[in-house]
Amino acid sequence: MASIRPQRLLLHLLIVAGCLIMVYPLLWMLASSFKPNTQIFANTSLIPQAFTLENYRIGWRGLSGNTFGRFFLNTFLLVALNIAGTLISCSMAAYAFGRLQFALKKMWFAVMLLTMMLPFHVVVIPQYIMFNWLGWINTYLPLTVPKFFGVEAFFIFLIVQFIRSLPQELDQAAKIDGCGPAKMYVHLILPLTLPALATAAIFTFIWTWNDFFSQLLYLSDIKRYTVALALRMFTDSSGDSAWGALFAMSILSLVPVFAMFIFFQKYLIEGIAAGGVKG
Amino acid sequence: MRAIRQFWKNNGAGYLFLAPWLIGLICLTAFPMGFSLYLSFTQFDLLTAPKWVGLLNFTEMFHDRKYWASVAVTLKYVLIGVPLSLSFALAIALMLNRGIRGLRFYRAVYYVPSLFGGSVAIGLLWRQLFGGDGLVNSFLQVFGIPGKNWIATPSTAIYTLIVLTIWQFGSSMVIFLAGLKQIPTDLYESARIDGAGKWRQFRSVTFPLLTPIVFFNLIMQVIHAFQAFTPAYVVSGGSGGPLNSTLFYTLYLYQKGFTQFSMGYASAMAWVLLVVIAFVTSLLFLSSRKWVFYQE
Repeated sequence: MASIRPQRLLLHLLIVAGCLIMVYPLLWMLASSFKPNTQIFANTSLIPQAFTLENYRIGWRGLSGNTFGRFFLNTFLLVALNIAGTLISCSMAAYAFGRLQFALKKMWFAVMLLTMMLPFHVVVIPQYIMFNWLGWINTYLPLTVPKFFGVEAFFIFLIVQFIRSLPQELDQAAKIDGCGPAKMYVHLILPLTLPALATAAIFTFIWTWNDFFSQLLYLSDIKRYTVALALRMFTDSSGDSAWGALFAMSILSLVPVFAMFIFFQKYLIEGIAAGGVKG
Repeated sequence: MRAIRQFWKNNGAGYLFLAPWLIGLICLTAFPMGFSLYLSFTQFDLLTAPKWVGLLNFTEMFHDRKYWASVAVTLKYVLIGVPLSLSFALAIALMLNRGIRGLRFYRAVYYVPSLFGGSVAIGLLWRQLFGGDGLVNSFLQVFGIPGKNWIATPSTAIYTLIVLTIWQFGSSMVIFLAGLKQIPTDLYESARIDGAGKWRQFRSVTFPLLTPIVFFNLIMQVIHAFQAFTPAYVVSGGSGGPLNSTLFYTLYLYQKGFTQFSMGYASAMAWVLLVVIAFVTSLLFLSSRKWVFYQE
């Protein structure tokens, strides 16, 4: 601590100031969710003068007899199905691309990379028509079934990269021991790619949780609403008068994603970095 | 028969594992793309059979003022939002990369907004922040600056959304940080011996070596920004107002396709979007030969 150079100190101050600006809106929303409605506006303070849980009680009651408990359960169900679908389909495709030999492999891989850049809107209208024809509108099927068919090509790419970095000798040894492709996939590749699978699972969780567009398209029955849809509906039904309750539920809606980040920061940050640096 | 068996022996396992993805590719991507291309030449309302109208949707688009408004809004969002958010990402990454203590904590704090960014909750928060009696105005009042309802004013509404996208620079920043870590330190040492100052080091060492990552971030952000939807929908209550000032391309597409059920028109819009994104992406790829530096 002999000499703290002023330049260094300035840099640190800048970084801290930046942090404050970034998180201020979030902290303010958190604080406001504990303030009585009359104190939310024109009040920039981060510490509520009169602390209340009333906003949470009112907000939780939800919409037309459906509490937010239901919306949370609905969303968790969607998330669980999407994670299962993504992990199974993407790891299978990634194993094929990363380890198996087959005709036209290079072409399919290029196609897969191209689909990563495809805007969702080009397929959304025909998909809607197809799902409507199948009678799937207002169910979770249009939101989950596609995930079982590897539509999130980004994760295939991520897992392929990971599989390619595994030593080939293990495969050779397993092959000599008489392991077929299926056994190799289950007993060797899946356990070894766990870190990449974890990254895929976490991103699927966050993306599904934050998704709004496709939920807005396919779900119309309030009983089936997700948290995002319920929040959106909540503003319509209560107008701008119930900001307290709205903020309370908004905060709750951010908690699961934030928890994922806190617990799995390592996988998340590494996943993003790997996608960028290796890609 | 023998040939089939031979083919199966060589390729069977691969295609078996590829099957779910391949089925998805055909049923959920390739066929829908063809279908929407067909629909873009028809009038279709989901109830009656599609009616072939040739190029009518496209000529209608050309004369649709609301369509051009949505193009203008989206271009503004992409052209202002993406460069600014990448600049912030790079600037903060450079600051954090100077051996700062508590790097992991700061990195996390800067990243959190992009974790929540596209959600409905943040859209609602933004509506309050930039509203008439919102937080931004309370701060401006302190400095004696008269505020206004930034979201209800057509000339400023889009900028609140641009601020929202800049606020989410954290994910690009994380990628920049990872890239910065891979630059070998001996390069800086030799630059210093050659008498290069801080700025010179950045110009001649850091930036050139970082260009592949700048390029990757640029592509991802541009593609992403063209397709932004949720913030505009939530902030404007689905209308794209005031006076179409937040009518993102995708929001207009949604209104056309799913509230007015002009699915032919919406399909045509989607194809134009695809062509524009493909065009812009290939332009960026072409330009990358001039400025992206790949190490051997």
